[in-house]
Amino acid sequence: SSILHIAAVVVSGTSVVVYMYTWCLSSSIHISAVVVSMFSTIICGFLFLLVVKRLPEHVQVDDPAVVKRLAKKLERQQIPLRSDYGYKVSLFSHLHQYSRKAPLTQQLSIPSTVIHPSIVRLGLQYSQGIVAGSNARSVALLHAFKQVIRDYTTPPNEELSRDLVNKLKPYISFLNQCRPLSASMGNAIKYIKKEISNIPSQCKEEEAKTKLLTCIDRYIEEKIVLAAKAISKYAIEKISDGDVILVYGCSSLVNNILCEAFEKSRKFRVIVVDSRPRLEGREALRRLVQRGISCTYVLISALSYILPEVSKVFLGAHALLANGYVMSRVGTSQIALVARTFNVPVLVCCETYKFCEKVQTDSFVSNELDDPDDLMVTRKGKTQLENWQDVSSLGLLNLVYDVTPPDFVDLVITDLGMIPCTSVPVVLRVKNLDQ
Amino acid sequence: MELQAVLMAAGGGSRMMDLTYNTPKPLLPVGNKPLIWYPLNLLERVGFEEVIVITTKEVQKMISTDPKVKLDVKMKLDLVCIQEDADMGTADALRHIQQKVKTDVLVVSCDLITDAALHEVVDLFRAHNATLSMLMSKAHEFTETVPGQKGKKKTGEQRDFVGVDDTGKRLLFMANEADLDEGVVIRKSIMRKHPRMHIKTGLVDAHLYCLKKSVVDFLADNKSISSIRGELVPYLVRKQFSKSTNSPKVIDETHQNLKKNDSNVNLEIQISSRDEELLHLTQERSCWNDHRGDMSDAYHGGRLRCYVHIMDEGICYRVNTLAAYIEANRLAPKLFDEPAVHPSAVVSERCLIGADSIIGASCQISDKTSIKRSTIGVSTTVREKVKVTNSIIMHGVTIEEGCNIQGSVICSNAVIGRGADIKYCLVGSAQRIEPDAESTNEVIVGTDQLMEI
Repeated sequence: SSILHIAAVVVSGTSVVVYMYTWCLSSSIHISAVVVSMFSTIICGFLFLLVVKRLPEHVQVDDPAVVKRLAKKLERQQIPLRSDYGYKVSLFSHLHQYSRKAPLTQQLSIPSTVIHPSIVRLGLQYSQGIVAGSNARSVALLHAFKQVIRDYTTPPNEELSRDLVNKLKPYISFLNQCRPLSASMGNAIKYIKKEISNIPSQCKEEEAKTKLLTCIDRYIEEKIVLAAKAISKYAIEKISDGDVILVYGCSSLVNNILCEAFEKSRKFRVIVVDSRPRLEGREALRRLVQRGISCTYVLISALSYILPEVSKVFLGAHALLANGYVMSRVGTSQIALVARTFNVPVLVCCETYKFCEKVQTDSFVSNELDDPDDLMVTRKGKTQLENWQDVSSLGLLNLVYDVTPPDFVDLVITDLGMIPCTSVPVVLRVKNLDQ
Repeated sequence: MELQAVLMAAGGGSRMMDLTYNTPKPLLPVGNKPLIWYPLNLLERVGFEEVIVITTKEVQKMISTDPKVKLDVKMKLDLVCIQEDADMGTADALRHIQQKVKTDVLVVSCDLITDAALHEVVDLFRAHNATLSMLMSKAHEFTETVPGQKGKKKTGEQRDFVGVDDTGKRLLFMANEADLDEGVVIRKSIMRKHPRMHIKTGLVDAHLYCLKKSVVDFLADNKSISSIRGELVPYLVRKQFSKSTNSPKVIDETHQNLKKNDSNVNLEIQISSRDEELLHLTQERSCWNDHRGDMSDAYHGGRLRCYVHIMDEGICYRVNTLAAYIEANRLAPKLFDEPAVHPSAVVSERCLIGADSIIGASCQISDKTSIKRSTIGVSTTVREKVKVTNSIIMHGVTIEEGCNIQGSVICSNAVIGRGADIKYCLVGSAQRIEPDAESTNEVIVGTDQLMEI
């Protein structure tokens, strides 16, 4: 990839040189051609390197140089490296695939000294799926960071604003090894790092710690709790009596909206669509039925059968990308596609803290591979896929996310209001200006 | 700090008095290492740096003075002595060190020999925020003949009934046969929450427990509980489903009671309540449930959870009976890779030493001896033409010429006279066997031990 970079710089440099030379000639300014070319190549190279970002490491797993670099970085931070498991389908061989039966704690010492115990607990809960869902993971992460900050003491001759950020880096690598970070977690971490570096150096430690803890509390309150309330308010306007609403999987935000709408005495019924291997829809079904909402439950294979009954589709999102694509649980793009075919409006509900600056147009480049053994099913004591690793031409693929194009999404309901999918860059720009 | 290790080494070995009347149980040699070395090695291997060892003054003296008892562990051992005749149970001992306990504890018994992956037990403790997490193993039949045993083995040793849920990890029911009058009684509330329960009886409790700090504080307030295994664990397992633990009002009260002794009471309660809120928020938003089929939240809203990790394969022995002791001696060499024959032993060339025998330091093995499947202790002298098969010879023993020892346990400093034929016997400490004696299936101990009842 570095060769490509250099080639691109050279090509763009020569093109600019040619352009400037012809410009100089045409405007009869006699500057030496050598000076012009040097100047322009330098500027080009600089601009190019600034604009082009390096590919993140977690999508270059098939490149041995990158893997070696990652291993060295983890060794420096004293974090064990989690090895990949099983045969990876060739289209996705550039992504990590871990086994749930081989947790990272196997290689850690038991009274963990390198990594704070609450971070170890969090990593375990992530890798075992006990804390799942974008909002839950962010809240749990911030809760663990609160414990870390509370137990932190500044070493002598160090500044809290710089040292605490360095302390958090190995924890973040550890959590990344347990389960790849979500976009919402990434934004939360960016926020915390910014807050920590903004602590003035003359601030006393206790004061700084309380300030950070209140910042975190405020972040959770504003971006997650209040945002959910605001989104429910907007979304309830869109729910009318007699509606048949389709939801997919278990999105905490969508469940919240439906429960609030039911409490405001809207008359509607819900169809919960579910898919293997996670079968999260069962949990959504339980939460809705517990409130008294009448629900229907189907698997995603029955989607086109059930869609003629549906009046609206509410989807949750894991992240909203900068080009308007919606990254969500695998299967969401199918639901949006079939709903568009049936002319059913698709509404995506997403808080603004999940907006990220990534750009993706397909689900292959950046995704997450879950444990392939989850696809094995035991019925009447027999597991058909038990020895799938022995069959050389068989690969099991357990994708977690997929990306829905903005043409299939009619409206995005955020805490800033109801915006079309293509307004995401505007929101990002406004957010950056705020900060 | 996350976990503190506590090693209980004050037990008396009441089920193998023949072996322990002279040597305290933690220092019994297994594979030529003191019994207490095995759990300490286990803790050291997983990365503990300090251990609190609760033991008797006698053991502490022997550890510090006796050169034969070498505990070469790099960890820092904090020895806490309790009176030998105080008749303290394991829970009493935990109460005794309550001041030293600052975080959650990992309680290990000194007679545990295992190669289990401890992270499985601790991961259950961490991931589910459990109050108790323990280790159990499938029991293996003991195949060796036990010396001194007359007739068939009693099957009546009290069985333990352990009930686990469908995943095999959550502990639902634990009772000993002695506590059950007529049958196994299971409350309806448990059946409603966990309709599928697997009850197992053939399990060995490894006496390895991860306990939350609040349990140690609870023990300090409830002085009636004296044994962890016998009383505390069944109590916690029952408490999981009791109505009082699940109501939130009682939790706040107990929270406040526990924090009565702290100075910044209000601040701590504030902190813990805000964190509880965040944890509650996480659980609310997370789409995970530990069970399915009913309308309740994860863990049925219960706050007290007990988990167990049941090992299928691997070594897990509790050396508290003679049979277990012999079995452990057979398998102990697999746990460490020191050479079978100690370099300082003087072994003459014309003797046959089988591959699975261990020879201790400073031994003297003379010509024409045959040692098969046996353990020879430190500073033992074995003269010519001796046949030792399937036996355990402890330290400082002298075996004169022409003896034939089979399937026996010879305790330390005993002397076996010339030409003696010992089969399946237990020879007590410092006993003398007459030359040309023939003993089969006997327990030969001193008269002073016979007086102890």
